[in-house]
Amino acid sequence: MMMLGLGSVGLVLLSLAVQSGHGAQDSDVWSTEETTERNYYTRYHNMSDITAWMEQMKRENPDVVSSMVYGQTYERRDITLLKIGLSSTGRKKAIWMDCGIHAREWIAPAFCQYFVREILRTYKTDTKVNEMMKNLDFYITPVLNVDGYIYSWHNASTRLWRKSRSPGTGGCTCYGTDLNRNFYANWGMVGVSTDCCSQTYCGTKAISESEARAVTDMLGKMREDILAFLTIHSYGQLLLVPYGHPNISAPNYDELMEVGLGAAKAIKAVHGMDYTVGTSPDVLYANSGSSRDFARLIGIPLSFTFELRDKGEHGFELPEDQIQPTCEEAYAGAHHIITYAHDKAFYSSAATITATLWTTLLAAWVSSATLL
Amino acid sequence: MWLLFQRSVSEVVMTTGVLNPSHYPGRRAATVVQHYLNTRYGSPYRWIFLSKVHNGSAEDVAEMGRKYQLELTVQEMISNVSGQCSAELLFPGGEGQSAPQVQASCEGLLQSNTTAQEEAFYQQHRASNNMVSGKDIPNSYGHMEPSMKPFWHLGGVASSFIMLRESNESTLYNMAQVANFTQLETEKDQLRFNYHVLLHEMISQEIIHWKLLVTWSPEQGVKVLQTELQPKCHDCEAPPNTTN
Repeated sequence: MMMLGLGSVGLVLLSLAVQSGHGAQDSDVWSTEETTERNYYTRYHNMSDITAWMEQMKRENPDVVSSMVYGQTYERRDITLLKIGLSSTGRKKAIWMDCGIHAREWIAPAFCQYFVREILRTYKTDTKVNEMMKNLDFYITPVLNVDGYIYSWHNASTRLWRKSRSPGTGGCTCYGTDLNRNFYANWGMVGVSTDCCSQTYCGTKAISESEARAVTDMLGKMREDILAFLTIHSYGQLLLVPYGHPNISAPNYDELMEVGLGAAKAIKAVHGMDYTVGTSPDVLYANSGSSRDFARLIGIPLSFTFELRDKGEHGFELPEDQIQPTCEEAYAGAHHIITYAHDKAFYSSAATITATLWTTLLAAWVSSATLL
Repeated sequence: MWLLFQRSVSEVVMTTGVLNPSHYPGRRAATVVQHYLNTRYGSPYRWIFLSKVHNGSAEDVAEMGRKYQLELTVQEMISNVSGQCSAELLFPGGEGQSAPQVQASCEGLLQSNTTAQEEAFYQQHRASNNMVSGKDIPNSYGHMEPSMKPFWHLGGVASSFIMLRESNESTLYNMAQVANFTQLETEKDQLRFNYHVLLHEMISQEIIHWKLLVTWSPEQGVKVLQTELQPKCHDCEAPPNTTN
């Protein structure tokens, strides 16, 4: 937000500072025309770019896009989400998506930006997206770990930073807590380290980190309304379902696997890429304190971690020419899950029976009232 | 109260018997096979990656360790040629950290004819009047100059020697980046390089720095003469002066 106030001079200076290594684009000053071009969504963007882009999304789509600051990072930066949906008078169901909980996974914020652009581009013409925009609100956080993400843009030696930027405590001089080990979900039990220098340091206690607290508070407020929770990471080409603890199964494991496998099939149909589906302990490693696990624990039925491209050739430094195909396939996977969640809530026989029941009761009440 | 819980990073009971090909034990073992294949066949123009695990099994071998049998597909990344491999590997048990032992035979993998490219690259760089160097390959945006690509592949292959040696059932290694490399004087007809590579270990999520002395020629293949683990830099972690 602050960067907008600096004006174009500030933006030019900033763009020069982060210039090195881009392909075609010389400057990071994006005009409105340029952001509507496909070219914008085939580049990685620093935090001030993304902040400016969020403002632009609101400005260009005022009837469907608003933003919400729902917390502060350790370094006191805003954590902002975009709320996207056709406005309605009643309370709406929701879809949650967050990107960039791990700073070095740059393809994740790029996907959140792509996802937002895609639903805004298609909701007027695509009947399904339109229907979902009517019935749901999308809550999308393009960058959750803002401090870490900014740090990873600082220079080549900080590029592979993962954690938050809070300092160590108790004589430990390293920085950062792994935000995806810090949630109140079997916190500290498995797949974590108590050494603050470790990449999987789970923090001094559950939700010690303000970033994790911000998500926890939002989910707590919204939990009855959220139909699906998607958290976006890289790399590995995986779709992970709860839980991270090897001895605990989600009550709807079969449903999660079925929906996950459907999403993987949709992903493969786009560019032929294989995404493996399973619990984290089965297909990757055991872990605790993840946001995905917390979401499932508080009752959000469909909770998934996306691990996007690739499988290790480039790893975290995915080439920009792979941003678009990665986003296209990930969008297909996310769309599959969101459609399932939406249709289950608005089309299932349970929903229909409930509606019919209420109609019948109301009719009976009305008729009995007129008799009196 | 938290002290009552034992927080361990160790794995649970090791899978024995038939492996589910989409589960991690098969994938970790298959990645070790990938590293092995690169040490044997890799070059500036040949870099092999695991594509898919088809099936496998694991068993305890008394007084030796754990043995895996795998059927997998690997892909050579430059030519896009795929090969089917059968492999057997042993993760040694016991106290010492000794390297896994791998045997593998692959069909169709070495089809790509790299001879001409390798020879041209070798001739271009063996004369010592223009020592090559580079850094940050790939860079933060995943980009690298085309002329740097063979050095990236070479770094990946050289890293495979370390990744093979350091692997066990609780690790999954990839090379994250070539931090820098410098060409040294050609010796005994081998191109020679100092490499500084960053390895990503997936289970711990750590980035591990190694320095390597690497030689290569089309005839001798890639050899790693020296390796040196670099200490993790904690002082580098403090916030920089500029923030945006």
